[in-house]
This record gives sequence, C-alpha cells and structure tokens, in this order.
Amino acid sequence: MLVNRKLILAHFWLAFAVFGVALTLGAWQMFIRSPIGTWLSNPELYYRSLTAHGTVMGYVFPTLVAMGFGYAISESALEQRLVGVRWAWAGFWLIVIGSIMAVIPIALGRASVLYTFYPPLIGNVFYYLGVVLVVVGSWIWVALMSVNLRVWRKAHPGAPVPLAMYANVAGSYLWAWTAVGAALELLLQIIPVAAGLKNTIDAGLARVFFSWTLHAIVYFWLMPTYIAYYTIVPRAIGGLVYSDSMARISFILFLVVAMPIGMHHTFADPQVGAGFKFIHSAFTALVALPTLLTVFTICASVEIAARLRGGRGLFGWIRALPWDNPMMLALAFSFVMLGFGGAGGLINMSYQLDASIHNTQWITGHFHLIFGGAIVIMYFAIAYDLWPHLTGRELIDVRLIRTQLWLWFIGMIVTTFPWHWVGILGMPRRMAYFDFGDPAIAPQALSVTFSAIGGFILLTSGIMFIVILARGMRAPRVDAGPYRFAIAVHQSKTVPVALNTHALWVALMIVLTITNYGYPILNLALGAGTSVPAVYVGAQ
Amino acid sequence: MSSEEAHRSVEVAARVERRWAAIAVIIVVGMALLAAFAGIHRATMPQPRVETTDPSRIHLSGEFVESNLGSVLEANGNVTVRAIGQQYSFTPACIVVPADTPITLRATSADVVHGILIQGTNVNTMLVPGYISEQLMRFTKTGDYLMPCQEFCSFGHEGMWGKVKVIDKTDFADRAKGGGRLSCVGQ
Repeated sequence: MLVNRKLILAHFWLAFAVFGVALTLGAWQMFIRSPIGTWLSNPELYYRSLTAHGTVMGYVFPTLVAMGFGYAISESALEQRLVGVRWAWAGFWLIVIGSIMAVIPIALGRASVLYTFYPPLIGNVFYYLGVVLVVVGSWIWVALMSVNLRVWRKAHPGAPVPLAMYANVAGSYLWAWTAVGAALELLLQIIPVAAGLKNTIDAGLARVFFSWTLHAIVYFWLMPTYIAYYTIVPRAIGGLVYSDSMARISFILFLVVAMPIGMHHTFADPQVGAGFKFIHSAFTALVALPTLLTVFTICASVEIAARLRGGRGLFGWIRALPWDNPMMLALAFSFVMLGFGGAGGLINMSYQLDASIHNTQWITGHFHLIFGGAIVIMYFAIAYDLWPHLTGRELIDVRLIRTQLWLWFIGMIVTTFPWHWVGILGMPRRMAYFDFGDPAIAPQALSVTFSAIGGFILLTSGIMFIVILARGMRAPRVDAGPYRFAIAVHQSKTVPVALNTHALWVALMIVLTITNYGYPILNLALGAGTSVPAVYVGAQ
Repeated sequence: MSSEEAHRSVEVAARVERRWAAIAVIIVVGMALLAAFAGIHRATMPQPRVETTDPSRIHLSGEFVESNLGSVLEANGNVTVRAIGQQYSFTPACIVVPADTPITLRATSADVVHGILIQGTNVNTMLVPGYISEQLMRFTKTGDYLMPCQEFCSFGHEGMWGKVKVIDKTDFADRAKGGGRLSCVGQ
C-alpha cells in the first residue's frame, strides 16, 4: 500500500539527480589527473570538484535513497498510511535547502576542505551549516520511522514486526547515532571557528570525532542494500528467505558493532594510543560477522529459488536461476563486488597491514568498489523494482536495464582494480596532478588510464539509469498491485521480544560507543595545549 | 509436506545455519588473535604513544627547530630523523639515511594535517599539528624513494613530494663525522 508516492518519488528523483551531477564530476576527476588528461593549470578546481563529489555521494545521495526507501517500506510493509507526512516533506526541504547552502561556497572555491572536513583547514561557514541541515532533515526521517512503527505496534500488539521494517528502523537508529560524531565535531569545534568566534582548533580531537561517523556511516549506506538482499531479492526471483531470525540477528549486529570501530581509520594517527587502536581493530573484525551470515542466508535463499525452478545438483542449480531478471543480475554483481571489497576491507582494518596502504589510492579504490559498486548497484535494483509501484507505469525495456547493470559492474571493476594496484605501489590520494614523466611514477600511468576509462563506462551506465527511470514516467499505465516483500520458508507466528524490538540493542550500541570512545575523547578534550591555529581556505 | 517432515526440515535448516555461524565466529576470532600475536610477538603495531607539541612555537624552541631537522647518528649506532611538514613541502625536502640501520623518524606538522608515505615501504604516518608522529624504519636497499604527502592539505597538495635517499652505511658514517644534522637537499 503505497499512498504517499509523490513523497517517495521526490526523494528518489532528487537522489538520482544529485547522483548524476556528482558522477559526472567524478568521471572528470578521473580523467583530468590521468595521463590522458591535460595538465589542469588551476589545481584548485580539482579540489572544488572533489569536495562536491564527496559531499553529495557521502551525505546527500545515500541519505535520500535510505529516506525514500524507508518511507516506501513503512507504508508497504506495515500496510499503514505514513504518519507525519508534513514532517516528512519538511525533512525533504531541509535537505534541499542544506544542499544548496553547501554547494554555493563549494562552487566559489570557499569550502574546498573535502567532505571529511580536515580541520585546521576551515572553509566558509555556510558549507558546514548546509551539511548540518542535511543531517537534521534526515533525523526527521529517523523520528518518523520510529513513530510509524510505534503506531503500528499499538494496532498489532505482540505481532512480529515485518522484517523489512524491523531492519529499516534499525538502520535509521544507526544513522541517528552515527551522525552524532560529525555533528559534535561541526557544532563544538568547526562552526565556531568558521564563524569567527574562535581561531584555534584541536585537529586530533576532530579526527577522533569524525572517525565516530566515518565508519558507521558506511553501514548506513549499506542498510538499503541489505534490506533489498533479504526482503526483495528472494521475492523477485521466486524464492523464499532461508531464515527470518538470522536476518534479524544480522541487522542487530550491524546496529551494535558498526559503531565502536571507527578508530581503525586513525591507525596512522599520532593522537590515539595503541591500546584503543587494537580494541577498535578487534571490533572491526566483528563487523565481518553480519556480512558472513548474510552471504550464507542469501545464497541459501537464492538456492531455494533455483530448486523451486527445477534446479538440480550440487552446483547445477545455479543454471536454473532467472539470469534475465535484473534483480538476479544486480544481486550477483553486488555479491562479487562485496566479496572483493570485503577482502580489501579486512586488510584496511588490520592492525598491521593498514600501514602499507593507508591513504593511498587503494583506499579510494576500496570504498568505490564497496559503496559505488556493491551498494549502489542495489540502489539501482531497488529503484527498478519500486518504480512501477510508484509511477503506476511499466518499465518496459528490460534489456536496457540489464545492459545498464552490466556496464556498471564492468565499469566498477575496470575503475577500481587498477586503483587498488597503484595504491599498493604507494600512489597517494587526492592529488590533482601526477608527474607521470617521473621514472618512479611512470609505471602507474597505464593503471591510472584504465581507471579513467572505467570512470567513463560508469558515467555512461549512470546516464542510462536516469534515462530508463525518466522514460518510465511516460510508459503505458499498468496496475503493479501491492508492493510485497519476501517471506521466510518457515514463517513463525511469534518472534522473541529481543528480535522484535530495538531498545536493548540501541542501549548496547550507546554503551559500546562510550566504552570505546569515551576515554580517548575526554583525554583529548581535557588535555590542554593541543589546539592549533585555524587555516582558512581561500584566505591565502 | 507432512507436519513431521516440515518439523524435520526446520531442524536441518537451523543446524546448517548454526554450523555456518560457528565458522564465521572462528574466522573473526582467528583474525583478532592473529593481529594480537603479530603485535606482541613481532612488535608490529601502529604508533603506541601520544606526544604533543605546540605548532606555533616549534620554530622557536624544542626538537623541531630548523637547526635540529635532518638525520643524526646516535651514540648507539641508530639514526634519528626529524622532519616537519608544512604547506606545501617537507623540511628537509630530501632525507638521507643509511641502509641496514634502525631508524626512528620523528615528525610533526607546522600548520594543517599532512602525511608521510615512503613509496615501496610500509612507512606511512599522519602528521597532525599539535602531535608528534614516530615511526621505526629500516631500509635494506640503497637508492632514492619518493615521499609524497598522503593527506589533502589544501590547494598545493599535489606538489608536496619529498625524497628519501638511502646510502651505504659507511658513507653515512663518514658524512656524520662532522656532526650536525644531515640531509640531501640540493644534492
């Protein structure tokens, strides 16, 4: 039952529009710093573009997808009209205003600090205020998800919360708490300096605050993808979810262990001691657990679909899968990229191995493969699956959809594999220019060229995606019926309270954050003499 | 499917799932133990201690004054290298060190966040203003290594490349005889 289709469509369209712009900037960046690009006489333009690309892809695009998808889940899984529609629109407009407010200083070159902020570099105050508005807008969504679930519970006392909604609300709580780290950094440290009220800032403390957000935000991006794995894919390919409770446990694990691990981003930093670095490294290993469980459950669910379609044999069933179904294709691509990206991630979080690739192009390759690849390809699949229900029109050209998914997959592999390789060779991140004439850098030229070509394959695929959705707005009308989610093989009538509520897990998430972050933050905040003068961007 | 069969299949499903969960837990615990073992036994770990410094005064006094930057041969035969990063260069821009010698790199930033990465090695650390970074290193091969700044430090970041020159141990000892702080800037 999708009532507020306009609201959901507005979120998706804004998400994909800004995605298109940021994707174009990304492709340009790949080109301009590669050997096939000509030397950019003003490198500052590169950093403007990089700030815009990161800010949109990191904060605006995935947040809007999660929000739009969240509203769709709330209405269709709970079969209940969205409560608080006006608030939802308010949240949407806050994101629009925040994005515009942030993008103007970026375009003027007054906020080229990258989406990771990097104080004591300080940009124009409106950039930071814009980001804050985007986050506040998304917090309205968090509150609405909670309220809607509460309303539903009152009407259905004791009933199991549908898996999609259970996971969706877990994701929203994760985001609410994750964003607090960057919010503290912005409100307590950066904005007072950017507004001219102070002129010194503790860069070490800011890095620790940001690490609180930086890692768990990845799991917020991941949530819609995992929800699609569990609750859309099995239905779309004619299968069943292998286990409902294992799915709930996976989402709970993300909620609890995604948070207290962010300091693996600061292994190479001088402001955190080795003890907390090790604790965070060990907790990061734990976060592999929900993914390993998910890989099992989804493969098993897919196998069920294949066997229901007549698949036989130990591996022979793979042939029986509906490979012409875009959802099947997207899932397979997503899993391949998740596998490679996950393996790379284990290296990044490793207490010892991190030093060999820290802040090299390996890292950029890694998160593009995981986020741009494994996660975003499922965003495409979600949009394709939901579109007929939102527009009341059919997406006719399935072949074009398949081509688009193939191109995204190929483009992502061609872009990120050489990217990882030059990282191992020690190529640093975030540089507008490389002197490929230097004999020590020349061996990287070929790999960087491949990455740039991959960037344009991705751009082509991204444009196709937007064209397919736009054409879908004018296609012949169709009655898509109610939007449904996959059901489990053994759908039990009751679910243990712990797997049907969030309170215990949210409490555990907060406690673990305090144990893993409390001491380092207090230590840095109370230790005097480490505040340093701010360096204002564009003031030199 | 009779209800008895259904019951049995639920049990089979749960058993397979439990087995996989156990394997996953073993993998995770194994990884953490491996990291702990390598950290303790091989003493390979990120920088353990936190040291602070005031970037607005480093040029006036303390270990990072200009005359103290560069490489110095310590009495025990080890080498200490002191360096700073600032927008958009390292001082010294060319670091000279001996091969096959334990070296301690001590560095900090004079302004914004920078990073030091020596290509072809595992030497890789952040330079955060207000804090001192320390890295232990040892080169087995002589030659030139590129040392880019690996963290965005504003508009000139792409031009911030230093160099490390690893020379023969005896050559280094000869050059160190005169005392002072060594570097290969201008050579």
